[in-house]
Amino acid sequence: MEDTKAPEIAISAQRQWSWKEFFFQWEWLLVVVLLMVIGVNTWLSPFFLSLDTFIRTPATFLDKSFIVFPMMMVIILGKIDVSVGSTVALSAVVMATSYNAGVPMPVAMLICLLVGTTCGAINGVLIAKFKELSFVIVTISTMMIYRGIAFIILENRASGGFPGWYAFLGWGEVAGIPVMMLAFIAVAVIYGLLLHRTSFGRVVFGMGNNATACRYSGVDTDRVTMTVFTLAGLMAAITALFLTSRMGSTRPNVAMGYELEVIAMVVLGGVSTNGGMGRIAGPILAIFIVGFLSFGMGLANLQAPVVLVVIGLLLIVSVLALRVRFTVKKKKPVV
Amino acid sequence: MSESQYILEMRDITKTFPGVRALDGVRFDLKPGEIHGLMGENGAGKSTFIKIITGVHSPDAGELLINGQPMEFKRPLDAQKVGVAAIYQHVTCYPDLNVAENIFMGHEKVTGPTRRIDWKSMHAEAQALLNQLDANFSSTERMGALSVARQQIVEIAKALSFNARIVIMDEPTAALTQHESEELYRITDGLREKGVAVIFISHRLEDIRRLADRVTVFRDGKYIGCWPVEEITQDKLIVAMVGREISQMFPKRVINIGDEVLRVENLSRVGFFRDVSFDLRKGEILALTGLVGAGRTEVCEAIYGVEPSDGGRIVLEGKEVRVGNPLDALRVGIGCLPEDRQKQGLVLPWEIGKNITLPSLRTFSRFTWLNEQQEHEAAGRLAQKLSVKARSIFTKVFALSGGNQQKVVVAKILSRSLKVIILDEPTKGVDVGAKAAIYEIIGDLAEQGYGIILVSSEMPEVLGMSDRIVVMKEGRVTARLVTSETTQEEILNAAMVVETEQAAAQAELQVVGDAPSETEGAR
Repeated sequence: MEDTKAPEIAISAQRQWSWKEFFFQWEWLLVVVLLMVIGVNTWLSPFFLSLDTFIRTPATFLDKSFIVFPMMMVIILGKIDVSVGSTVALSAVVMATSYNAGVPMPVAMLICLLVGTTCGAINGVLIAKFKELSFVIVTISTMMIYRGIAFIILENRASGGFPGWYAFLGWGEVAGIPVMMLAFIAVAVIYGLLLHRTSFGRVVFGMGNNATACRYSGVDTDRVTMTVFTLAGLMAAITALFLTSRMGSTRPNVAMGYELEVIAMVVLGGVSTNGGMGRIAGPILAIFIVGFLSFGMGLANLQAPVVLVVIGLLLIVSVLALRVRFTVKKKKPVV
Repeated sequence: MSESQYILEMRDITKTFPGVRALDGVRFDLKPGEIHGLMGENGAGKSTFIKIITGVHSPDAGELLINGQPMEFKRPLDAQKVGVAAIYQHVTCYPDLNVAENIFMGHEKVTGPTRRIDWKSMHAEAQALLNQLDANFSSTERMGALSVARQQIVEIAKALSFNARIVIMDEPTAALTQHESEELYRITDGLREKGVAVIFISHRLEDIRRLADRVTVFRDGKYIGCWPVEEITQDKLIVAMVGREISQMFPKRVINIGDEVLRVENLSRVGFFRDVSFDLRKGEILALTGLVGAGRTEVCEAIYGVEPSDGGRIVLEGKEVRVGNPLDALRVGIGCLPEDRQKQGLVLPWEIGKNITLPSLRTFSRFTWLNEQQEHEAAGRLAQKLSVKARSIFTKVFALSGGNQQKVVVAKILSRSLKVIILDEPTKGVDVGAKAAIYEIIGDLAEQGYGIILVSSEMPEVLGMSDRIVVMKEGRVTARLVTSETTQEEILNAAMVVETEQAAAQAELQVVGDAPSETEGAR
């Protein structure tokens, strides 16, 4: 179609602003859903709608959010990592055990980060270097292995007794804003820039769409895969730090099932499990939708299982809505 | 209405696709119990012709008669009903199911109200079909565990299970070893004795000599002639296939050819190619040609590092280079336009600009931080230079025509500073107009001093564009020719004909060639 136009017209390097495209974005639907959730919550409790709710309440559900962004990156790459929950548990357990064995707390925290990063790097190396192992097999296996090691170390006991200052991570505030909230904002900004403003992020999107073409274009695809998975491990360890600080102790069964909740948030945020698609704003909105939804259901005295049912339904409906949007878009002629 | 002596007759078949006249007034006839060879270069219209017989395409004009009755196939099922079946070079099977399941896929033997599968009678019937074909393997074997030749026999059995009276075999021997081909010949002979008519398409003159009763030749979508096999010589057949004038599409420029830029010495990869050597100079276009499957693409993939070679040397400007992956190749200055532009060349859902800068992102980033302004400017410049036809660099590439997509891939390569450019079938699936534009670009690149390796199966392209020609057959170089002193006949001879002196070398290669059959089975 383009071909029939006069060929001499120069190809433009200027992006044209289109209001239609601007409003035709998945994230607007999420904004509407979030407003609806807030509306219902306000109706349920007259105390809900206050500045405090939006600054302090999130600390109750933000611990998972640190894995949402790396998971988003993994899914954009066209893969999935179900071992993150186990990585959280293993790094937390190793940290607590080494602290109680006499290691100073700051060193124990470094060990925690190191364990998480190593777990992620193992996933990355296995997936990148052994093509016959699919990412599903690798991360399901390591999910069991990491969790298993955590249980072997701590035998289903709790371990805690951390120094008082450690609680600051999970409960502390700076200028009236929870530390966790600040950390969340920092991580969101870093991942947003990494995905949308760097050549690394560009290549991650490219590999999600067509890894073969990226390899032919001279992209070191193995290194990108390893980096993305290693980052997921590191972020799981950061989650372990905040989670342990909030709970004051840890057990080998912490963060059980986090991987699925996190994947659900990423998908709700409009990131396609086929890879190569997604924007940072979607998962951010999804974190708050799911968070406030659970919080509101708590206000309404609904049991946790009901929350699960609602989130499951929301996920199916939203993914269907996403499909409908893309079928509309595909109406464009494809040569 | 008199009973026709032909089971299939096609008259004045014409089929046009946008920009291409694929078939132009072609005719063809087929007697019951005959093996009729169909030959022609790539792009001669054979595939379109088959698709018309099997009802995939309907012709724009012309008549198709089955047993003297005019027929109109609206969909493949119509052709299947009157007994037309096709067997392709790449067998389309279900590798994890057994032979009987593959034969009866879609028309299983069922009994009773629950439509339970009657395994016993299905296996009995499958075995009967296999016995009919003198095949010595069982219907219970897993399809994926069979050799390609045996998979093809299963396909033939499947055709017979539909009571096919016309069987089309599209280059069935291309992927077979000599020994396997013999088995296929025997079975095809058996079909003839049963009165089944066979259309046998092949590039191999041996196949046609050994099997066919008559041979029809197409060229450029036109009917050239039909001869009884005993009455036509090998040379005459080759002339019939290629005998055309080279059109004015290739304005060969006078370019000063410089020093040697690339030398390949005894490059080998077990099971794919062996002892491939050639050299390339600045500003030179070296054509690498041969039949599909001769190992040309594999050689390019080795030089570009996609599938590294396991023997031999690659020397760039006098220094030996080690190329383990495409990133290495691009770093030392070797670029490649891959054969499959949609799968290997482009990120289809992406914009033109993002595609163009993918190989050179590092240039526009500092500590991985992208300077999009710079990136867009560079992409715009390259798109402009290659006159990609689109509104802006933010147009998605899947919306472009084949020729324009190809220009985007060339722009990608040019975003790096290179010395050698490999072009693997650059005009494949591109219409005539865009072809001329791409030839123009290739000429420009040579003029700018790039050394160019042009992989092509199209004779006019090879003869019209190149300075020298390397011909490959079954993984080996069979000829090194200077374009201005050679003919199409000479090239085709080197690409197709087994000469006595090569027979020994070929037998040797066969031993090596058996190695990949394992991987093929696993696929």
